[in-house]
Amino acid sequence: MPTEPNARPSGADAARSERFEAQVVPYLDAAYNLAFWLAHNPADAQDVVQEAMLRALRYFDSFHGGDVRVWLLAIVRNTFYTLRGRGLPDALHEELDDDIHPLVDDAPSPEAVTLLAVDVGALQAALERLPAPLREILVLRELEECSYKEIAGITGQKIGTVMSRLARARERLRNELTCRPKEVRRHDVR
Amino acid sequence: MMCDDAGLLMHAYLDDELDAAGSAAMARHLDACAACKARYETYAIMQKALSEPTLYRRAPDALRARWSTPAPAVAARPHAARRRSPWVFAAAAGFAAAMLLSTPAWLHWLPARGVGDAVVAQAISSHVRSLQGEHLMDVVSTDQHTVKPWFEGKLDFSPRVKDLAAEGFPLVGGRLDALEGHSVAALVYKRRLHVINLFQWPAEGTASAQAIAQEHGYTVIRWTGDGMRYVAISDVNEGDLKQFVLAFQNEANPAMTR
Ligand SMILES: [Zn+2]
Repeated sequence: MPTEPNARPSGADAARSERFEAQVVPYLDAAYNLAFWLAHNPADAQDVVQEAMLRALRYFDSFHGGDVRVWLLAIVRNTFYTLRGRGLPDALHEELDDDIHPLVDDAPSPEAVTLLAVDVGALQAALERLPAPLREILVLRELEECSYKEIAGITGQKIGTVMSRLARARERLRNELTCRPKEVRRHDVR
Repeated sequence: MMCDDAGLLMHAYLDDELDAAGSAAMARHLDACAACKARYETYAIMQKALSEPTLYRRAPDALRARWSTPAPAVAARPHAARRRSPWVFAAAAGFAAAMLLSTPAWLHWLPARGVGDAVVAQAISSHVRSLQGEHLMDVVSTDQHTVKPWFEGKLDFSPRVKDLAAEGFPLVGGRLDALEGHSVAALVYKRRLHVINLFQWPAEGTASAQAIAQEHGYTVIRWTGDGMRYVAISDVNEGDLKQFVLAFQNEANPAMTR
């Protein structure tokens, strides 16, 4: 029941708001987490999420069932790439996946990874250095615990692409963690 | 299986995305191939490290407030001036501002609150408070035999403490809290990165059915049974919290109760 009669929304609007708040707003953390890791900083992440939520609210009537989280994360991702002004990183498919050089195996000692991986600071820095398409897939998989199917839904990729990109992302992250000093790779797409 | 295939499939294996036949083939290869086994273990360590909670960024309060119906206890905050980065479209900013100013429907209505909902609101504020700073736990232990005695002498009842680690909800501690003017026991459980608070205090009357409420991104499940009232709250999804309640209600380990 609204407390201010003047501010009372029409029945339909109120019901819609209520549905939006019950179904979409619970995934605000997920939206922000993805936006943060894509945008690299809290201020931009807030802008991305705010704009994505407004879009979600606008398109909410056209959302019919399905997984709300996948739907919202796809909007967050699209919003990020749109606001950044370069569109979706489809061109990067070629760069990242289609040059089928086999996965390199520098075979760093597992102990080195053990030591570095438990250092959250190093891990965070390494994650931040990855190109956005690799970073986003790791964030979706490891932080959001999305399934391959959900990731495919969010990023609009095939499941096979999800798997190979994830493999590449992990390999790259491992190299960032272990080979960092001697091999600074920086083709961050930003 | 050759090492080349294993190099790709070990990721699906790690993520539990292979079918039974694929998993078996992968397991066989890892048993037989030390090089792949070592790589696999490295990725497993990395995966574990990435589940570190500090890497997960939660939405700031200001953002959450903008998208949630204000709780009665919390005064509506003025919208903080937003820092804008240059790459955000001015149009988007204008649209956002217009929405914020012209949507009292969104920001300014409060849902009706019955008596039961007051408990929900209090549970939410207790939960939120518990997540701030060091307030989460007074007794930190994963052992119910440590947590349960800790409450003795601090409460005039003996809370039920169960370890639900086997069900995916490890007990991490407990603390004293207050709800509806009662001193209550708060048990703290985890679900992956998420915290579940379970409040309990004695109640008269017969067992009652579960009531489920969703507010501000939290799910609250209340029920009464065995002379106790229970309120479970978390930001895990509703299905997970229901599963937690079921696991807690399950008397499979009666030795732990009372
Ligand atoms: Zn091998």
